[in-house]
Amino acid sequence: MTVRVYVFPKATVLDPQGQAVRNALVSQGHQSVAQVRQGKVFDLQLEGVADAAAARAEGEQIAHDVLANPVIESYRVEVLA
Amino acid sequence: MKFGVVVFPGSNCDHDAWYATTQNLGQQAEFLWHHSEDLKGADAIILPGGFSYGDYLRCGAIARFSPIMNAVRRFAQEGGPVMGFCNGFQILCEAGLLPGALLRNAGMKFICRPVELEVGTTNSPFTNALTSGQRLTVPIAHGEGCYQAEESVLDQLEAEDRVAFRYVDNPNGSARSIAGILSAGRNVLGMMPHPERATDPLMGSTDGRLIFDSLISAYALTSK
Repeated sequence: MTVRVYVFPKATVLDPQGQAVRNALVSQGHQSVAQVRQGKVFDLQLEGVADAAAARAEGEQIAHDVLANPVIESYRVEVLA
Repeated sequence: MKFGVVVFPGSNCDHDAWYATTQNLGQQAEFLWHHSEDLKGADAIILPGGFSYGDYLRCGAIARFSPIMNAVRRFAQEGGPVMGFCNGFQILCEAGLLPGALLRNAGMKFICRPVELEVGTTNSPFTNALTSGQRLTVPIAHGEGCYQAEESVLDQLEAEDRVAFRYVDNPNGSARSIAGILSAGRNVLGMMPHPERATDPLMGSTDGRLIFDSLISAYALTSK
């Protein structure tokens, strides 16, 4: 079973990478891009987990304890089919 | 006084710290391998700069799980002095020994140059030989040195007089120009600048010595 974890800088945290990407997009003529937030995606392949609920619970714990730093980042966990 | 210098895979200021403490300050120092939990009887611990474990995931995020950090955490909880410079500061934040986090510099660039620091507090074993507001010239060398924390945490750091150093001219966007902070117990110091690189006249500044001198004299008082 695969669990996907999205990690993003919190809305209140400065994201200079996202800003640099946004500036590049605007300079390419994409005037409509008001903001870019750059994050990370992790696909965790889990083996031997009972069901989707157990996979989600494990993904949530991994995201909270390791993949994201809750001081500066938020995360979201999805269970893929 | 004996310093323990932790060596993570990817540390690259470990020898600078060893050289500064032994050759420039005349103290003893031993390297402590990250896979060990043995602090070898060190009186103070240094987490050096570098790119521990490649800084994969986030700076310092993987180093905090290493066996030596269990020993460092216990040492700090018992009141032992711990200093983290640059990557060492990032590791102390990730390990929860200091609050907040260090983000990509506001200007996106890696910055390597001497900066001016202002002493925020003299009430710590690392700053007792300094005077409040005194200015030091110490180099920085980092891409992720933008210190951030919740507003309430920043307020608490200031209320408890735990801002050890501030940048005179904020180079990286750090909240409230914070360059270095202390733990609640005042025995853990994390700072982005490199005092170990300012202990030899050859390096252009010896202001970093004052931080080590503070600690050495504080240790001499407590060990009498």
